[in-house]
Amino acid sequence: MAVSAARVAARRVSNGAFVVFCYLVTAIALLFLAAVLWTLISKGVGGFSADTFTMDTPPAGSRGGLRNAITGSIMLCGLAMLIALVFGILAGTWLAEYAGNSRYGSAVRFINDMLLSAPSILIGLFVWYLLVANIIGHFSGIAGSVALALLAVPVIARTTEDVLRLQPTSLRESGIALGTPFWTVVRKILWRSAGSGILTGVLLAFARISGETAPLLFTALSNQFQSFDMGHEIASLPVVMFNDALSAYDDLQRLAWAAALLVSAAVLGVTIFARFMSRERKST
Amino acid sequence: MNTLAPETFDVSVARVSTRPVKLDVQELDFFYGKTHALKGVSMPFAEKGVTALIGPSGCGKSTLLRVLNRMYALYPGQRATGRIMLDGEDILRPGVNLSMLRARIGMVFQKPTPFPMSIYDNVAFGVRLYETLPKAEMDARVEDSLRRAALWDEVKDQLAASGLGLSGGQQQRLCVARGIAVKPEILLLDEPTSALDPISSAKLEETVTQLKADYTIIIVTHNLGQAARVSDYTGFMYLGELVEFGETGDIFTKPATKRASDYITGRFG
Amino acid sequence: MTETTLIAAAPRTGVAVRVRPRGEGFELWFEYICCAAATMLLVTLGGLLVSLLIGGLPAFTKFGFSFFVTSNWDPVQGVFGIAALMLDTVLVAVLALLMAVPIAFGVAFFLVELCPPLLRRPIGTAVELLAGIPSIVFGMWGLFVFGPLFAQYIESPLMNAAPPGSIWDTLTSGVPNGTGILSASIIVAMMVLPFIAATLRELLLTVPAQVRESAYGLGATTGEVVMKVTLPYVRRGAIGAVMLGLGRALGETMAVTFIIGNSHNFPKSLFDAGATIASTIANEFAEATSPMHTAALLASGFILFVITFAVLAMARMMLGQAREG
Repeated sequence: MAVSAARVAARRVSNGAFVVFCYLVTAIALLFLAAVLWTLISKGVGGFSADTFTMDTPPAGSRGGLRNAITGSIMLCGLAMLIALVFGILAGTWLAEYAGNSRYGSAVRFINDMLLSAPSILIGLFVWYLLVANIIGHFSGIAGSVALALLAVPVIARTTEDVLRLQPTSLRESGIALGTPFWTVVRKILWRSAGSGILTGVLLAFARISGETAPLLFTALSNQFQSFDMGHEIASLPVVMFNDALSAYDDLQRLAWAAALLVSAAVLGVTIFARFMSRERKST
Repeated sequence: MNTLAPETFDVSVARVSTRPVKLDVQELDFFYGKTHALKGVSMPFAEKGVTALIGPSGCGKSTLLRVLNRMYALYPGQRATGRIMLDGEDILRPGVNLSMLRARIGMVFQKPTPFPMSIYDNVAFGVRLYETLPKAEMDARVEDSLRRAALWDEVKDQLAASGLGLSGGQQQRLCVARGIAVKPEILLLDEPTSALDPISSAKLEETVTQLKADYTIIIVTHNLGQAARVSDYTGFMYLGELVEFGETGDIFTKPATKRASDYITGRFG
Repeated sequence: MTETTLIAAAPRTGVAVRVRPRGEGFELWFEYICCAAATMLLVTLGGLLVSLLIGGLPAFTKFGFSFFVTSNWDPVQGVFGIAALMLDTVLVAVLALLMAVPIAFGVAFFLVELCPPLLRRPIGTAVELLAGIPSIVFGMWGLFVFGPLFAQYIESPLMNAAPPGSIWDTLTSGVPNGTGILSASIIVAMMVLPFIAATLRELLLTVPAQVRESAYGLGATTGEVVMKVTLPYVRRGAIGAVMLGLGRALGETMAVTFIIGNSHNFPKSLFDAGATIASTIANEFAEATSPMHTAALLASGFILFVITFAVLAMARMMLGQAREG
């Protein structure tokens, strides 16, 4: 077969272009990441002061810190994760162990995948409608936590289902063969065996919700002061970031960057830890 | 080799002459969906003896084993007809409490399946389902089970260590210990040494020989030598039917059917 | 000997006195509880649909068809039309994808075929970190860092360079302050590209090694193997990954709100301020001035939901049940 030199040269050129393109765009993506991280650190560190952890969010021109926002975020995310843990693990267990290939099971899986990528602001609207407008009647930390929980449940449910399906059938059958009731097999054998995988899912869900702003904007709203009353408005770091960054005041914007650094550090730290754990598990 | 051996063997005369029958399978048919996997199997299992089930892949020996403790009930679409008499009671009839049945009939699988917990907890797991024992008694029960499984000496100093850290052979003996800790009457072993190295296999075979003094053991095996070494009775199955049954010595030296003799001499496998 | 003593001392529990296993009665309840938890997912989606529909109904009934085709958004007068919002939402998402898809594909190809093995894990992790950064941080970065630079180095030069009276002039008209539709698209592109890249990478890794090796064995170059063999192998999933990115881009709120400029007018230029459905809700909902305002926002949320759901459903069909790992 006669191979034309021109043809070979053309292919080499186009391959060269392809390779250069791939390297280039990867560099661009990494550059973006570096730029954002750099901004976070340089502007964020500048926003910290001795007051950051000891004082509440201030109006423009006054001294202040992020204490109420930090406590609020911890409470909101904490309650949300608690709710999401229960519903998510149980739902994932049902999908893996009881639903099989039934039509209902497929429908639930489909809906779960929809909720995974659904706009978080719409979840916020739903919770607003249900709890703030109707059941509770006013803004509250509980509504905020419910909104966050609804975002976390699909993540946990999916990871739990995937990990449980990976457990060998013989493990299940060994439990059954001893006469163990099936739900005890699930609890004492399967959940324990899948434990680290489920934990990874929980961590990833936490990372997802701890940076969420939109659903909190009209459920938990915000609060100028430190409060432990989840029945009413609660401050949170993302909402403080939203309000302060868009304000016209320099000092408030600096505070917003400090909050941004805190939130990002938490999210990235948890993400790295979760990925590290899941790789550990895969290598054993 | 008896070249005048008949093609078929009248299994209705399968009988265990020297011991009482613990488990009596009568006209058992089994279906995976539409597939007819076991066809009219009738077979006695002797009390406190070892019965081996041999046959080529796909002959139904593992299927039969899994019917005996009704493991198939986990999967919709699988069903059995016929009778299996355990001490005079038919265990296939509806209304039988499956958990209680499985407490009396234990099973060890091909692949060792230690639970993700300590060695002690593994063995104690089944016991804790049924009995609340004070610590001293539980310790004694765990030790007894591990001794019978020939594992005690190797793990007695590390009972709190995870069961997953043991070698393959040790894990399998742990599964045996776990199975006998609930004091079953019957033990089902599904190719228990196929995943083990020769030394561990030998150890396990030794364990089986010691256990048969107290338990009725039914072992499915691909390894004809193992069946010959360990069992008192042997059933040869082919394509879902019981082709021949009898004392191990007889089957291996003078099989009554041509098919059994072909299998045993390696004409097919 | 110890062994015989033990055998004698541990009496066999009589069959008749065996008790039922612990926890047996709860068996069925546990299944019901798990099923209930799973059903909550259906309830959530259903509730979402219903609440947005009911809440938005006053706006739908009052404005009817004009709700969708006018762009007059006047809370004071109580007149609402979401034509511009819908256009902006789709426009920002599509522009974002046009930019994100080539980059995401390039990153995925790089990680699968070209990356030196030692760098594979760090760069892969870096891409995941990009996905993890909260969208509000992207929004802030966009407004304070990216915006001014974009205005100075891209917007102004482009505006000056555009021949007056041409289509380019119109597309680049406006105030070069770094905000606007194009800026928002760029930030959204940054946000969705790691998702598309990660999904595509997982897909490419499912191509059997023999397929790739046969292609290389025939003398194909890297570019040819990727573009003509492995990518077509996962064509359906790749389309699904892109649609997944589109679904996320449509719903992106925080990154957009900061940098889109918040104007309800029909955009003429890429540098014009605009507003997406999500950014409008974020900006206006908490302080909505009247029940009709709230209803209009809920109604627009319903529309966003319908659009996103359609895109995500198609994405899932394309991806099958492929898990994103």
